[in-house]
Formats: sequence, structure tokens, C-alpha cells
Amino acid sequence: MSVAVRVIPCLDVDAGRVVKGVNFENLRDAGDPVELAGRYDGQGADELTFLDVTASSGDRETTYDVVGRTAEQVFIPLTVGGGVRTVADVDRLLRAGADKVGINTGAIARPQVIAEIADRFGSQVLVLSADVRRSQHGNFEVTTHGGLKSTDLDAIEWCSRAAQLGVGEILLNSMDADGTKAGFDLELIRAVRAEVDVPIVASGGAGRVEDFVAAVDAGADAVLAASVFHFGELTVGQVKDALRSAGHEVR
Amino acid sequence: MKKVVVFDYGSGNVRSVVRMLERVGADVTLTADHDAALAADGLYVPGVGAFHACMTGLLAAGGREVIAERIASGRPVLGVCVGFQVLFDGSTEPTTLQPPPPGLGHFVGVVDRLQAPVVPHMGWSLVQAPEESTLLAGVADERFYFVHSYAASQLLASRVAGYPLVTTAEHGGAFVAAVEDGPLTGTQFHPEKSGDAGAQLVANWLRSL
Repeated sequence: MSVAVRVIPCLDVDAGRVVKGVNFENLRDAGDPVELAGRYDGQGADELTFLDVTASSGDRETTYDVVGRTAEQVFIPLTVGGGVRTVADVDRLLRAGADKVGINTGAIARPQVIAEIADRFGSQVLVLSADVRRSQHGNFEVTTHGGLKSTDLDAIEWCSRAAQLGVGEILLNSMDADGTKAGFDLELIRAVRAEVDVPIVASGGAGRVEDFVAAVDAGADAVLAASVFHFGELTVGQVKDALRSAGHEVR
Repeated sequence: MKKVVVFDYGSGNVRSVVRMLERVGADVTLTADHDAALAADGLYVPGVGAFHACMTGLLAAGGREVIAERIASGRPVLGVCVGFQVLFDGSTEPTTLQPPPPGLGHFVGVVDRLQAPVVPHMGWSLVQAPEESTLLAGVADERFYFVHSYAASQLLASRVAGYPLVTTAEHGGAFVAAVEDGPLTGTQFHPEKSGDAGAQLVANWLRSL
């Protein structure tokens, strides 16, 4: 009788369309976000994540509109990330229909914003979105700007600190695995699991149903994927069947 | 059409609550107006965030009086998540507020931190409902969406009708997932985010009004 492993389709939204690339480059169109959200809800998705990958604030309004229209018809939790820097940004997203808000660059720039948001809305609304890659020094490092810029932050230490400051969940995205369909970075999941006790959402690298099972075995509480769902290679139901067969509880 | 007021005291994502109530056929108003809240067939008390911050907002909006008056006259109230927790005596959740405001005290018990390897409890869990539950009729075997770090580990007693039906769930240990006691109903999980099962539960409550 434990909490079910969540299977979460991720919609990267740019100017009102879902896009997907490999290692955050070569973006291609993957459809209408509201329509996709409805399809995944029908497949049994446990939650949906929208990542606003646009740079301009004008397009950000479009993303808010997409979230609002999705929330009108889909009755599962919605997480929205992208461009969140202040308590006011979180407030706007929650009002637009988000249940949880992802923060990445904004928290790296000013970690205290995590505590400010958690104080106002509670830890459960705040997800640390960590874009992580292996560095030349052999450790995991946090990157920003879609993996383009490295930071001096060790990923494991950063996740741990963010959890102490008040994030309620960690969306752990492997930049090395992203879009490769070669499987999640299990070593990364294990390393973060050993240090934090908030839920971990594994992201980046999903290709086959076995990959999702391996991520959960490594310590993930939820598994997230984009292109394998968008392009019809896997359904949410197939992933859940594999998890169930492996002895994990699913909804 | 049953009239439901969603009590608007500045708490979280109420848009989903309104949409879910509309989906199951309620005539919904989002307001903190006392006359409207007293006159409605049902009052829905949402709650997201920290216990004491929610409690402070609820008190400032006159929620204590509205809820008490409705219960006294047997008119249904549904509290959800922190809107459920505030119905208990209090919470051990840390706060900078001194003194920390107590809860409304309709249910005897204290809201305490979950003891589990992974907290918050975030996701879909099964519940154990009593057979007589009308709230969970038809959905007692379904999973509901929880997102919380605190919960009442038990309901010691009720100061309402006195015959509370308690539904439990587990995360680390057992905790109170829902209570039905005369006019007062509460759920720790979020029916408005629990898909079709949540819709059925809200429809069950609406039918009972």
C-alpha cells in the first residue's frame, strides 16, 4: 500500500507548440499542447509537466494560456517550469492553473528564493528542476540555459541544499542522456537518492519500457519522458504495464 | 442545481476546484462573502501551503464563524488538504507566527509530520474506507492524489455529530485520509486533481447536499 510510481509526460512548450530535440538542440514540432495533454490524461498519465522553453516574455504569456486551457479540462496535477525567479512568478503560474512550479536558473542565481516561495505557498508547490551533466572532473555538475552554461555547482550538493531550503521535489534531468533514448542516468539517480528525502522525478534518456523500471529501481519516485510519448513510440499504459510486471505499484 | 460556494480566502489553485465542481454539475461561486457562504447548499474550503498561514488567512476572512454556523445548522462543509487539517485542534508544522494559531477544533487530534523515508507524500495512493462511506461510494478501491508533508495520524474524537466515519491511507504509517461526520466532511487528498475517481467523490458529496 505505497504511493504509486508516477508516469509523467513532459511537454516542452515554445510559442504555444510542443517541441522536442536531442540534447536540447534541433527542436522539432510535436503538436498542440492542450490536445497532447488530453491524450496523455486518457492514457492514464499521473501528472503533466510543462516546460516553457521560450526565451521571450511575449511567448511566456502563450504558455500561461496553454496551462490555463489544459487545467480547464484535465483533472490531474500540472507542473509548470521556465523563467521562474520570484514569489510573484509562482503566484502568477498558480493562478494560471499550475499545481506545482519548477525553478531552475532563478534558484541558482538566488537560492534564498526557494525559502521565500516555500514560506508563502508550501514546499509541495516547488520543484527544483536540475539540468545535470557529467563534468570533465568526473562529478555531476549543474548547468543552466538548456545545458549551454555550466555552473560551479556540484549537482548532488545543490539538490541536497535545495531540499534543505524547501523544494518539495527534484526533477532530475540528465543532459547527457536527454533525447538519446539510451536509458536514464541511473548513477545520477542513485547519487541524489542517497542524499535527499524529497521525491525524485527521473528525466532524460527514456527509450524502452525497461528504462523506466531501471530508473525506479535506482530510487526514482516518478519517471518523466517526452519524445517517446509524443511520437507514439510508447504509451503511458505500456510503461505502467512494465512497472507493474516488475513489482512496482502504479495507478 | 446545487449551489456550492468555494471559500475564497487567498489559498492556492482554486481554479481547478471550481472547474471540478462545475464538471459534476454544481452551480459554483468563488467568494468569501459570508451571506453567500452561509446560504449555499455546500461550502468547499480549499487549502494549500503551510497550516498556520492558511489558518491566519481563514480567520481573517471570518472562516471560523462561517464554518461553525453552518455546522451548527447542519449545513454541509467540505474541507480539502490544509482546508481539512484546519478542522483539527492544531498542527506541529513549524511557523514564525507567535503564538501559532490553533486549528478550528471540530475534530480532536493534532496534525503532525509524516514519518516516511520520502516526504512530501506526493502522488496517488489507495485508501481504506469504511463500508458505510457515502463519500467514497463506488471509488473506495481507487487511488487519490495526495501532496502533503503533514497529516493527522488519528482522529481521537469529533465535536460535530459524534459518529465520524474515518478513511485512512498510509505513508510511513497510517494517517487520516478522510472524515465524514454529519455535515462536516474533509479529505487530505485532492479530489479536484484525482481524475475520474475524484470527480465521482465530488459528485457523491454534491448528491448528499
